[in-house]
Amino acid sequence: MIDAKKAPVPGAFFISKQVGSLGPVAVATLLALLTLIPVAVVASAMLHPDQTIWDHLWHHVLPELLVNTLWLALGVSIGVSVLGTGLAWLTAACEFPGRKFFSWALLLPLALPAYVTAFVWIGLLDFTGVLPTWLRESWGITQLPPIRSRGGVILVMILALYPYVYLTARAAFQGQGRRLLEAAQSLGISRRRAFFKIALPMARPGIVAGLSLALMETLADFGTVSVFNYNTFTTAIYQAWFSMFSLPAASQLATILICFVLALVTLEQLSRNGARYATSARGGGGARRIVLSGANALMATSAAGLVFLLAFVIPIGQLLAWTHNVMATDLDARYLDFAWHSLMLAGLGAVLVVSLALALAYAQRLRPTPAMQFSARLATIGYALPGAVLAVGFYIPVAGLDNLIIDAYRDSTGEEIGQILGGTLAVMLLAYCARFLAVGFGPVETGLARITRGMDEAAQVLGTTGLKRLFRVHLPMLRAPLLAATALAFVDIMKELPITLMTRPFGWDTLATRVFEMTSEGEWERAALPAVAICLVGLLPIFFLVKHSDART
Amino acid sequence: MLALDHVAQSYGSKPVLSDVSFVLSPGQIGCLLGPSGCGKTTALRLIAGFEKLSAGEIRIGAEIVSHPGHSLAPEQRRVGLVFQDYALFPHLSVEQNIAFGLSALPATDRRMRVAEMLDLVGLDHEATAYPHQLSGGQQQRVALARALAPRPRLLLLDEPFSNLDVELREKLSLEVRDILKQEAITALLVTHDQHEAFAMADVIGVMNKGVIQQWDTPYNLYHQPTNRFVADFVGQGVLLTGNVLNSRQVEIALGVLEGKVDGECSEEGGCVKCEKGCQVDVLIRPDDIIHDDSSLLMAEVERKAFRGSDFLYTLKLPGGGHVLAQVDSHHNHAIGERIGIRLGIDHVVAFRK
Repeated sequence: MIDAKKAPVPGAFFISKQVGSLGPVAVATLLALLTLIPVAVVASAMLHPDQTIWDHLWHHVLPELLVNTLWLALGVSIGVSVLGTGLAWLTAACEFPGRKFFSWALLLPLALPAYVTAFVWIGLLDFTGVLPTWLRESWGITQLPPIRSRGGVILVMILALYPYVYLTARAAFQGQGRRLLEAAQSLGISRRRAFFKIALPMARPGIVAGLSLALMETLADFGTVSVFNYNTFTTAIYQAWFSMFSLPAASQLATILICFVLALVTLEQLSRNGARYATSARGGGGARRIVLSGANALMATSAAGLVFLLAFVIPIGQLLAWTHNVMATDLDARYLDFAWHSLMLAGLGAVLVVSLALALAYAQRLRPTPAMQFSARLATIGYALPGAVLAVGFYIPVAGLDNLIIDAYRDSTGEEIGQILGGTLAVMLLAYCARFLAVGFGPVETGLARITRGMDEAAQVLGTTGLKRLFRVHLPMLRAPLLAATALAFVDIMKELPITLMTRPFGWDTLATRVFEMTSEGEWERAALPAVAICLVGLLPIFFLVKHSDART
Repeated sequence: MLALDHVAQSYGSKPVLSDVSFVLSPGQIGCLLGPSGCGKTTALRLIAGFEKLSAGEIRIGAEIVSHPGHSLAPEQRRVGLVFQDYALFPHLSVEQNIAFGLSALPATDRRMRVAEMLDLVGLDHEATAYPHQLSGGQQQRVALARALAPRPRLLLLDEPFSNLDVELREKLSLEVRDILKQEAITALLVTHDQHEAFAMADVIGVMNKGVIQQWDTPYNLYHQPTNRFVADFVGQGVLLTGNVLNSRQVEIALGVLEGKVDGECSEEGGCVKCEKGCQVDVLIRPDDIIHDDSSLLMAEVERKAFRGSDFLYTLKLPGGGHVLAQVDSHHNHAIGERIGIRLGIDHVVAFRK
């Protein structure tokens, strides 16, 4: 009998050479630089702080920013945790009228960028808005809490971001199965108490994961707080950039924001490593739900319905109504340009992001060393970096490079040329890749993990290796994850605001920047038209998500 | 201690249990044994209170815990439950798991009871470990300790050893039996594994299609099965056609069997006294066939399975038909060889055709 281990495997030499080469390391290192460079650039501004700028920031800007940011983070944390976890528990473990519908419907607000939800609610509730006007004229009620307030911005952010916690908490609750709750019951603990003693502590890692995502979005948010005129670090960076033309000030603000983000990333990592509860007792399925009846059922349905109404139905309905009003007068040739710019950027960015993600996932697979894993973590941590920070972080080195080239050209030819990279899409695309690499990497990595070593080896002994294996085995099996990754990245780029706004070539507008422009002038109706387009495209990946998250069961 | 009285349950129109009745006296270990889908797990879940019955009643002690229209909540039944997958709380340590059902006790009593339980199952050194750090057997013992800690009136075990490998399974089932006996716990086990059932239980109910086929001691189930299902499901053996000569004699291909012919029950027709000349199927266990070189009755070895201490031979009888024979492992015969056998039956088990 031939010893299988010693028998020459076709292509084995090629494989070992490939694994031994520096390719995977180079890929991972380059992609890690994608996040390291902007952070280093921005942070280096702290090495030589300009005393006058720093004094100005310290006395006039920072106190307000810190207070605003902390309040916003605190309010949103509490709000999304309670709302997300509560709704997740209701739809995952209880039975009430409409549960099946709400299971997936409560995810739909993910399609609305927070800044869209924000301007719709301001349009509705501002002094000249529909509701206050009606209350004033019909009932004489004039004393309403102002929507443009700290409370208002927190509420809108909660409505826009609770689905992150809802999604992860729901997955956690469903993963628990009913066996553990039955075990608790057999030990004399009622189901109500078992929720707090078993279900909630076990779902904690999932809840914290969703919460940290929501908080990263909060810190990175630029559009929503701008609409509310609520000053945070991102708006301050934008103002430093465009009003003060001060790159050092923008950099210093960005560095402080990065410190917040790092704290959050650390928290998220701790929650990931600390407690991933392995349990064999997942049995029992979701068949046996707590059946709510009477007043409880009514309350559950009303709560889910109210959230759905406030976070999705009313904003979408109002957007469509406004769009209808301005359709005839506002929809003109410029919109072709906006839409084309948006689609092109999102398409280009998504393909770039997914290609890089695939390269990274592959590199990690070929060389599963701790160093590689660390590089991959670094490369994908860009999702935590706010767009405003990335814009600054990439603009400075690219502009520097431009100046070098211009100088060199002048020195050698004596002629002047304009900037080469600065006015192109290069900075924008670089920043997108850094920010959204994780969005593409997640599905691709999971998909690749499903292709087992055994399949690789089977292909190998059948003589299919290297690129041939990639095209004949891996890519066909990765089709669904690649599609999902592309769709997610596409939508995220299309919604993206600060990077696009800060680094686009002059006068080059997209749907998102058009929304921003119109909202900053208070033209809600005219902002609705481009916003509707973004939301409709945004619904696409939600359907992916619903399909794959078994949210329908 | 536990009594089921004409209990029935159905999912929609599909009956899952019909007319299940049995009684466990204090300190007794009972077992429901049957193939998957026979309803044994449903019976267990009814007793625990996770399902509602459609007819009959269940009593624990003197208290009626289930009857149609009423079901005491599981957490109020004081019934301990050991799950097939153990269902240990992964976020709690071993001692926290054991203490989980003791929240009503003052802290000092609770600590004492936990220590007592750890000692009972021999896990004193693993008190602060987490479930995922334990082996399968240790997890099993934690599950047992956790269920016993609140001093339940009754302990239910759902396929408790099925996740363990065979060797550990045997060792642990004896160990668990010792613990239950030592603590005088009334317990009910459900399993599809007869070895587990035999090792653990004082009394066993063999179930099929939602009905208890026979409620008896392990010895009687093996030696005096009352119907074909039990005869087939418990132990090995074959049925040979026989001719009743009189109430004390049956003739089969191997000769005439002496003994009381009292198992003349057909599956459908109930027990009818079998007169002379009626046809029956006689159960022949592998240990009923004795290998004897001096015997004139010869059979041909058709298959053999070496089982360590013995061989299980499948023998072809001269007049057709097969029997199984359990033969000492020194007697190694080749396939095709003819060996001498004789019958060693002291009790005739026969079912009417």
